Amino acid sequence: MSGAGPGGSVAPGPIGVHTRAAEGDLRARVLTAAEAMGLPLAGIGVSFALFGIFVGIAGANVPDVYYQMYRGAFGSGFSFQNTLVRAAPLMLTALCTAMPAQLGLVIIGGEGALVLGALAATIAAHALDGANAWVVLSSMALAGATVGGGWVALQGALRALRGVNETISSLLLNYIAIGIFKHLVEGPMRDPASLNKPSTRPIGEANALGAIPGTDVHWGLVYGVVACVAAYVLMRRTVFGFAAKVIGGNARAAQVSGLAVPAIVVVTCALAGAAAGVAGMVEVAAVHGTANASLIVGYGYTGILVAFLARQHPLGILPVAVLIGGIGASGGLLQRTEHLPDATVNVLQGILFIVILAGETLRGRFGALAPRAIGVPQSVRAEAKRAA
Amino acid sequence: MSGAVAGVWGLPLALVGGALRVSTPYLFVSLGECLTEKSGRVNLGQEGTLIMGAMTAYGVSYLSGSPWLGVLAAGWVGVLFGALHAWLCTLPRVNDIAVGIALMLLGIGTAFFLGKPLIQPRAARLSAFELGAWSDSAPVRAALEVTPLFLLGIAAAFAMRFFFERSRWGLVVRVVGEDADAARALGYPVGRVRFAATAAGGFLAGVGGSFLSLYYPGSWSEGLSSGQGLMAVALVIFARWDPVRCLWASLLFGGAGAVGPALQSIGILGGYHLYAMAPYVLTFVIMIITSSARRTLAGQPAELTVAR
Repeated sequence: MSGAGPGGSVAPGPIGVHTRAAEGDLRARVLTAAEAMGLPLAGIGVSFALFGIFVGIAGANVPDVYYQMYRGAFGSGFSFQNTLVRAAPLMLTALCTAMPAQLGLVIIGGEGALVLGALAATIAAHALDGANAWVVLSSMALAGATVGGGWVALQGALRALRGVNETISSLLLNYIAIGIFKHLVEGPMRDPASLNKPSTRPIGEANALGAIPGTDVHWGLVYGVVACVAAYVLMRRTVFGFAAKVIGGNARAAQVSGLAVPAIVVVTCALAGAAAGVAGMVEVAAVHGTANASLIVGYGYTGILVAFLARQHPLGILPVAVLIGGIGASGGLLQRTEHLPDATVNVLQGILFIVILAGETLRGRFGALAPRAIGVPQSVRAEAKRAA
Repeated sequence: MSGAVAGVWGLPLALVGGALRVSTPYLFVSLGECLTEKSGRVNLGQEGTLIMGAMTAYGVSYLSGSPWLGVLAAGWVGVLFGALHAWLCTLPRVNDIAVGIALMLLGIGTAFFLGKPLIQPRAARLSAFELGAWSDSAPVRAALEVTPLFLLGIAAAFAMRFFFERSRWGLVVRVVGEDADAARALGYPVGRVRFAATAAGGFLAGVGGSFLSLYYPGSWSEGLSSGQGLMAVALVIFARWDPVRCLWASLLFGGAGAVGPALQSIGILGGYHLYAMAPYVLTFVIMIITSSARRTLAGQPAELTVAR
């Protein structure tokens, strides 16, 4: 996976670049950035058009559907905050796909790591019943990160040491994780007071992860943003990240040049899984207050879409998670006002995914946008690549 | 007499019956995936195709009253999804694994969207052959009830092995999957062969989906498939890309999938979710055992990205 332009959609402005780059360099950078942002934006436009055709054929009033989606996602302060609440876990689960992608791995095990992270966080909260809320919340986050991290690290280790295909194993482990979750929540860990919906004992009001002051958005959003920024710094600005990128380019060459490939793979996967595990902890601590099947709503799978849409760029994940979170948030309104099925947003997500992947083929194909055009020296191309 | 039979043989009978019932979708999807992978592509979207097939078959059977029309329609929806996958993969820089994930999500979303009105009504189901008619024991008869679809699947497995080993076109598919450059040099249209193999593979996966909604469990719901399409992909690796071995592997997976219901049928209800995990755990363990970091697997098409 070669990355986006300089910083993707959240690149340092061209003015900042100008001070330290030559004219040709600037041009190349701006064009690469324009392409890196323009293609996904065009893809989003095309996807919405195709989606409109789809719901139109299904008998819906298309302009009304678009309007309700906007209203449900960004139309009011309330709906925008709802969007951000949904974006928070998506940022974390997207990292679960995006970080291993730097190594050339396609890991789609975010759902399993989220579910088990939620379970571990709940167990931690129960074990520390009555302790200071800070202690409880930190332990919950740590437990979620450890279990989620271990779960995905296993996938990475099997890939690095035994050549087990990580895509299939991660997806299988999602089902196994959900099985373990359901067994414990409906069996040994079930709160007898939860009648219709098997749940664990609540973690307690005192231990709830609260809202960011002045908003209704919980602190999980801050976790998500911090994790994405940290992942960006680690994968794009450190020696470790550089080593990961070398492995992603050519694992055999990396091995020959003395990099500890299995160790780097396992550590990256552990961090990726830790992010998804924290997403599970956030859902328990901030949203549900207990572990039950309401947690399994596909944040892990939607995170894959977010990662691909952001072209696996850790900072690109931030705006994309807000967009996809908004689409998810509008689902309820579409059901109520347009009488469309709840799977409507899944259809749009599927279309988006396919259009974005197909759009990859157009990269570097636009004459005006191609940084490879005549007159751009080799060094600039290398620079643009390195910045990516 | 029949009570005694059920007492001693209850569990094994339920397992055999379950294996015969549950294995059919695995069989069709794995045969389809085997064909696709022999041509050098991986289609992870088979899970989406399976669910689209299940929904389509149920809808068509409900509207037309003919379950076999439903099976056919499911197959053609599978062709559509396979063709979409094949076409997307011909675009430069588009990765077949990623397209598969995308098609899986699209297929599931579309099936749930279009299938919403189908949750309530009852569609005409496929009828079954009673291979156990000789027995006067009800559990034996129940266990040996099989659909014509299952028998068709067995026939397809042997036919496909014949196709790969004895026919000219089968050889062409294998050449394309082993070495695309060599195939091109020999003048074979690599892109078109892969397109045909992926579309035909989609047909089989769609038919597999029709079994889910029209025979067992035999109705349309959103919880109908839970990863069978995906396990079938792993199953092909386990079967070393051999159609007949896909049949044996499907029976094994079907048996594993039947553990939970079989235990339930003899009154063991606790830990249901753990028993339900059996096929996933089996797949996972088999993948670990059969993979190797050092050598490529015997029988693996060399163009395949699944084991880069």
